[in-house]
Amino acid sequence: MFRQVAYRLLTRSTTTTYSAGAAATVRRPYSTEVSTDASSGDSAFVEAWKKVAPNIDPPKTPIQFMEPRPPTPSTLPSKLTVNFVLPYAAELSKAEVDMVIVPATTGQMGILPGHVPTIAELKPGLLSVHEGNDVKKYFISSGFAFVHSNSYADIMAVEAVPLDRIDPAQVQKGLSEFTQKLNSASTDLDKAEAQIGVDVHSALNSALTG
Amino acid sequence: MASTAAVPFWRSAGMTYITYSNICANLVRNCLKEPYKSEAVSREKVHFSITKWADGKPQKPSIRREKLVYVM
Repeated sequence: MFRQVAYRLLTRSTTTTYSAGAAATVRRPYSTEVSTDASSGDSAFVEAWKKVAPNIDPPKTPIQFMEPRPPTPSTLPSKLTVNFVLPYAAELSKAEVDMVIVPATTGQMGILPGHVPTIAELKPGLLSVHEGNDVKKYFISSGFAFVHSNSYADIMAVEAVPLDRIDPAQVQKGLSEFTQKLNSASTDLDKAEAQIGVDVHSALNSALTG
Repeated sequence: MASTAAVPFWRSAGMTYITYSNICANLVRNCLKEPYKSEAVSREKVHFSITKWADGKPQKPSIRREKLVYVM
């Protein structure tokens, strides 16, 4: 944890004594630009380690256990690689699909291979994963979608369920309950909570009917 | 809702994104069919023990198991 403290402090001191230009040169690379030869680790650290403890292998850093992602291909790939994760499960892990449609706050967003890199906030709605003629549909509560330039898409949600696990009766009940609450709410906070309830239940309703 | 607004309605009401997304997730969980619903709800349970301190000494800890309640 403290391995980089000296380095960070040093860069901090140079930025304060010299100029902000020094800080601008220390840019962190994009996820797709991370060098693929991380297997050997930080060469400066390994060298320093060998001087101190030549008989002991240097410890591995977390990056060495991570499988690097492929660089952006020059030709358009035919498949989109999707990771769809929840706090308690990985629904899709490196699944190669044709298209996903995510419910972004700006509207339904279709992601095909070669999509421009984007980060999209998701609203409660329908997420569909298209693989050939197969369409898997999930209802997600909220979350984020990250689209990388190498045709990788990471979708994370707080709660996501396949559509057939939703109880239509509960949805109708919730919808009428929260519509009533919205009318009787007095404070801003109560109003917002009721509004969220109405939004979520009407999204559930339209996902079930449409 | 109007997503073109600079600030979403829940944000101007003082909620954080975490609160908003947890409320949404809770509502979705409550709309599940039965075997899945109890499973999803039990997943959200938290266990914690509270110990009050008095005169510089810890009192008897009380262990609480309850559904996570989202507060701001």
